[in-house]
Amino acid sequence: MNTELLGIIASFVVTLLIAIPLGKYLAKMYAGEKIWTDFLKPIETGIYKLSGINPKEPMNWKQFLKAMMTINILWLVYGFFVLIYQDKLPLNPDGNPGQSADLAFNTIISFVVNCNLQHYSGETGATYLTQHFIFMFLHFTSAATGMACAVAVFKAFKDKTTTDLGNFWEFFVKSITRVLLPLSIVVAVILTFNGTPSSYAGKDKFISLQGDTVNVSRGPAAAFIAIKHVGTNGGGWFGANSAHPLENPNYLTNMVEVIAQVILPVAMVLAFGYYIRRKKLAWIIFGVMTIGVFMLMIPTITSELAGNPLIAKMGVSQITGAMEGKEVRFGPTATAYWSTMTTVISTGSVNGMHDSTMALTGLWQLLAMMINSLYGGCGVGVLNYFIYLIIAVFISGLMVGRTPEFLGHKVEAREVKIAAIITLLSPFLILAGTAISTYVFTNHLGGDWAVKPSTWLNNPGHHGFSEMLYEYTSSNANNGSGFEGLGDGNIFWNVTTGIVLILGRFLPIIGPVAIAGLLAQKKYIPESAGTLKIDTKTFGLMTFAVILVLNALSYFPALALGPLAEYFSMLK
Amino acid sequence: MKTQSNKLFEPALVQTALKESFIKLDPRMMIRNPVMFTVEIGTLVMIPVMIYSYSHQGQGSFAYNFAIFFILFLTVLFANFAEAIAEARGKAQADSLRKTREETPAKVVMPDGSIVTKSSSDLRKGDVFVCETGDTIPTDGEIIEGIATIDESAITGESAPVIREAGGDKSSVTGGTKVLSDEVRVIVTTEPGESFLDKMIALVEGASRQKTPNEIALTILLASFTLVFIIVCITLKPFADYANTPITIAALISLFVCLIPTTIGGLLSAIGIAGMDRALRANVITKSGKAVETAGDIDVLLLDKTGTITIGNRKATQFWPAKAVSPDDLITACVLSSLADETPEGKSIIELASAHFKLPTAPAGSEFVKFTAETRSSGIDTPQGLRIRKGAFDSIRNIALKAGNPFPEEVEERVKEISSNGGTPLVVSQNEVILGVIQLQDIIKTGIAERFERLRKMGIKTVMVTGDNPLTAKFIAEKAGVDDFIAEAKPEDKMNYIKAEQNAGKLVAMMGDGTNDAPALAQADVGVAMNSGTQAAKEAGNMVDLDNDPTKLIEIVEIGKQLLITRGTLTTFSIANDVAKYFAIVPALFIASIPALQSINIMHLHSPESAILSAVIFNAIIIPMLIPLALRGVEYKPIGASALLRTNLLYYGVGGVIAPFIGIKLIDMVVGLMF
Repeated sequence: MNTELLGIIASFVVTLLIAIPLGKYLAKMYAGEKIWTDFLKPIETGIYKLSGINPKEPMNWKQFLKAMMTINILWLVYGFFVLIYQDKLPLNPDGNPGQSADLAFNTIISFVVNCNLQHYSGETGATYLTQHFIFMFLHFTSAATGMACAVAVFKAFKDKTTTDLGNFWEFFVKSITRVLLPLSIVVAVILTFNGTPSSYAGKDKFISLQGDTVNVSRGPAAAFIAIKHVGTNGGGWFGANSAHPLENPNYLTNMVEVIAQVILPVAMVLAFGYYIRRKKLAWIIFGVMTIGVFMLMIPTITSELAGNPLIAKMGVSQITGAMEGKEVRFGPTATAYWSTMTTVISTGSVNGMHDSTMALTGLWQLLAMMINSLYGGCGVGVLNYFIYLIIAVFISGLMVGRTPEFLGHKVEAREVKIAAIITLLSPFLILAGTAISTYVFTNHLGGDWAVKPSTWLNNPGHHGFSEMLYEYTSSNANNGSGFEGLGDGNIFWNVTTGIVLILGRFLPIIGPVAIAGLLAQKKYIPESAGTLKIDTKTFGLMTFAVILVLNALSYFPALALGPLAEYFSMLK
Repeated sequence: MKTQSNKLFEPALVQTALKESFIKLDPRMMIRNPVMFTVEIGTLVMIPVMIYSYSHQGQGSFAYNFAIFFILFLTVLFANFAEAIAEARGKAQADSLRKTREETPAKVVMPDGSIVTKSSSDLRKGDVFVCETGDTIPTDGEIIEGIATIDESAITGESAPVIREAGGDKSSVTGGTKVLSDEVRVIVTTEPGESFLDKMIALVEGASRQKTPNEIALTILLASFTLVFIIVCITLKPFADYANTPITIAALISLFVCLIPTTIGGLLSAIGIAGMDRALRANVITKSGKAVETAGDIDVLLLDKTGTITIGNRKATQFWPAKAVSPDDLITACVLSSLADETPEGKSIIELASAHFKLPTAPAGSEFVKFTAETRSSGIDTPQGLRIRKGAFDSIRNIALKAGNPFPEEVEERVKEISSNGGTPLVVSQNEVILGVIQLQDIIKTGIAERFERLRKMGIKTVMVTGDNPLTAKFIAEKAGVDDFIAEAKPEDKMNYIKAEQNAGKLVAMMGDGTNDAPALAQADVGVAMNSGTQAAKEAGNMVDLDNDPTKLIEIVEIGKQLLITRGTLTTFSIANDVAKYFAIVPALFIASIPALQSINIMHLHSPESAILSAVIFNAIIIPMLIPLALRGVEYKPIGASALLRTNLLYYGVGGVIAPFIGIKLIDMVVGLMF
């Protein structure tokens, strides 16, 4: 077996080895059981006291969501203004300018929603202050928001009947102090020792062999990059993200970074099982997700290793696979593995150029983000999967002749309505967004805009379509990776993707928490032989079918016009 | 009543349904079904497109547009037809019940005591009428005076007459049944047109039919799928413009209609109506569609022992003579007294005696004494002066004591022993002297244990309710295989049991007939009142069983389950169908400008036009093809939820993916000859 393959197998195995105990730890920690990290309690108590919070106050689902929304809106406002005025604020050794209103709008939303679409480049578009006190800060808080909301859903199904979904502040604070911070510290230390900069000094300079003077951006990047992965954020310190030699210096850091981004999403799934004492359910969910991931990953790796058919037609051998847009230090296999992982979970960091991947790889990347719950983002992956579960429970409940139940609670019109709206939301945002951009591109090519639509696409045609589709898909999934090759740093893209980002984040959080809250307050129905058990392989298969069919039906025409058309045209 | 036809499409009904399908095109009615409503809009849009294509280029040929229009129109009609035929069948069924109560004269008692003959349709709630031997009861009511035997075969199909009397739990009479003996005074309990049957007919008819909660939830889900496909189709226009591919309006509408869940959308209301209709065919009148649906969710079933678990009538199993009496004397007396006794108990005595005894014949001129509620005994008086009586312990004891004869101790003990073993003692006396006891025993119905096993597999707990003492109850419960029992049950015991189960989150069904059952019937999630029961019981329950058959509950549960399963499987089938339709239509849309997409045309359909037409045709004809399934319901097998899900997922999920690939390809082979 070649080492490239061994590398990714090792990455996956290590991920599981960390995620399983981490899942147990999370369940215990959130449940408030005795745990070794309790020594951090005084710090948390200090935070609660300072903020005037009573962490023991029970919250129903409305209060919980209100707390969550309030704090997030606060960050939006705060971040927006700091970004606009960052040039006038300290910690700006490189003298970078303030962001324009539309760029700041897009940027702050994308960081608050754990997406990090980044229509700017870290080297020139942000200052150390904004990188640290907005971006890195939000890396923590946005991940913690998702985790706290997932725990609310956990809690809803732990007790038979309850209105108490736990305290948002407690879950939120603990997510940071007990999970995100410790993990990030470990990752940051490893990165620092492997050459990632960790200094407040401005640009460095060197003279190349050719005699050119090269300015090298740096900064306190290692800490930032650590949480960018641990919190499935994905927003890079440098514009080139983890393809940048300082952001991801070698194969070891590459492994660490790709492992760091997957452990929490997997651990959250397992934590669900440990928390509600239904381990089997969690493993079934994990199984469904993993099969989905492999079904995306294997063809991705295969198509990247096979190389470009157009180059093959020219008679050029491609023993190393498709190398365009890849870092030589990682190679196509590790890049393909990363590209699958970064799209199935909502990190969106990249260690290669997605725009340069093969047409079919683009298809899998898009599909991964459309599904957005094969592991999914930190916390939100479980929430997204929960919606699919509700739909699957509803249809299969009928098929066994009972009005559908989820873990002992009847699923009725109100819950179905919410689940239906959330299911509807993704195709609406992705397709409507892409429709608007294609409409503008087709009909107002030379429009009198600051950035003419005609300059949006580096590659018109099918690939250009994929680029636009990718941008909205990534925004809706709060992924943040880009197909690039798209001129997205202008008001049209900033505003439209900004709207998609904010809707694509909060509604899919509010929906599941509301459903869980509504279900939890219903009478608990004990299981009988006629009850559909959801911790079975059969039901896992059903969920998988629901995920597959719903997404295929929503996106097939768009995917046919983008990556599929490109792929088949290449073969001709 | 037992003229039920099992033919799904009777010509007369089909004709009515066809007419109805056109009437239902009215948008005000269509909007109740959002999925089909959008298809109707699509059809309407095709009219101007069709006209335009007659004289202009760019939207395809007129023939093609006309074909699309016509098939879409058919799709709507088919869906309407499905609903209409279900309604027609339900109505026909109800009508056949209603026929039993055509105009009959009613002898109404006026306030001054005089009797005036009126037509049954003129009876109002609160009127009192008299019925004598041979009269047909004009309308539903409750006996306020008297006792009568009544032939209810017109309603139940059961030929054995039943006793109805004032005051008790068997005081209700139904219009259309016949008084065989005695005279009763009956008070009218419903206004004309408001009987349960009338309400049921209204439920079947569209106008007052309320969607059930589960139907609403499913409609929401289907509406959201429809919305997704609206988005998919609308956005396809700018996508196609970007790819320089003109898409005709016909193609867009076709794609949309094919994708939205028209199959389940078109059949949804038919499934609901058919559920009520199946209940009606089982001779159960449901007061709401919700009750049928809830029946499928029942966790606990409260069943009366008598008639459900045991054969309604006890059988003689042993003769116990008194000390001073020879067995032969006792048996002879028993046989003589039972020769003319038509009750099942009487017959069982003869049956038992004939096993080891040559039957005597009754002397000529003997007079048979019938059982009455007052005497609680029956017997025979022979010309030779023999007075044989058999009956309940205390009534026969009274006869003996009155005549100054003692009641033998050992007989009394035997009586107690029999009762404590789940049997009923029948004491026999001859000329007021006690001869001995006949032991009557409950006979557990054959096959009932298997039914309970089936229920257990369905996840339903069975509870036997009986007036017997706990020991007897336990004995029978174990023998019959019920999960639990309530012994020496008083009405409030039932109520408490139901409440306790409900507090634990279970859904409970029960059957009852008495006024004192009414609170429990109302409390139960599914309360089935016997038609013979009191008005109060019938008002309290949400179903009325015309057959007064307690095992009906089991059938009702299965009807409920079937209803839900049919909905679930057809939804799955409908959605699964879309996969193939995509593979037909998407390449057809883009093949002209993106020839590479020919690779997706895995069915190798003839041309874009034929591909689209084939998909739309398949989409349309699948609706009438599935009407029989919707009306009959998907079979329910108690094989456990996961196994059932696997089976249905295989048939309707995987089958739903494969079927249209074959169907569309076949249709295309024909359509391809023209387009």
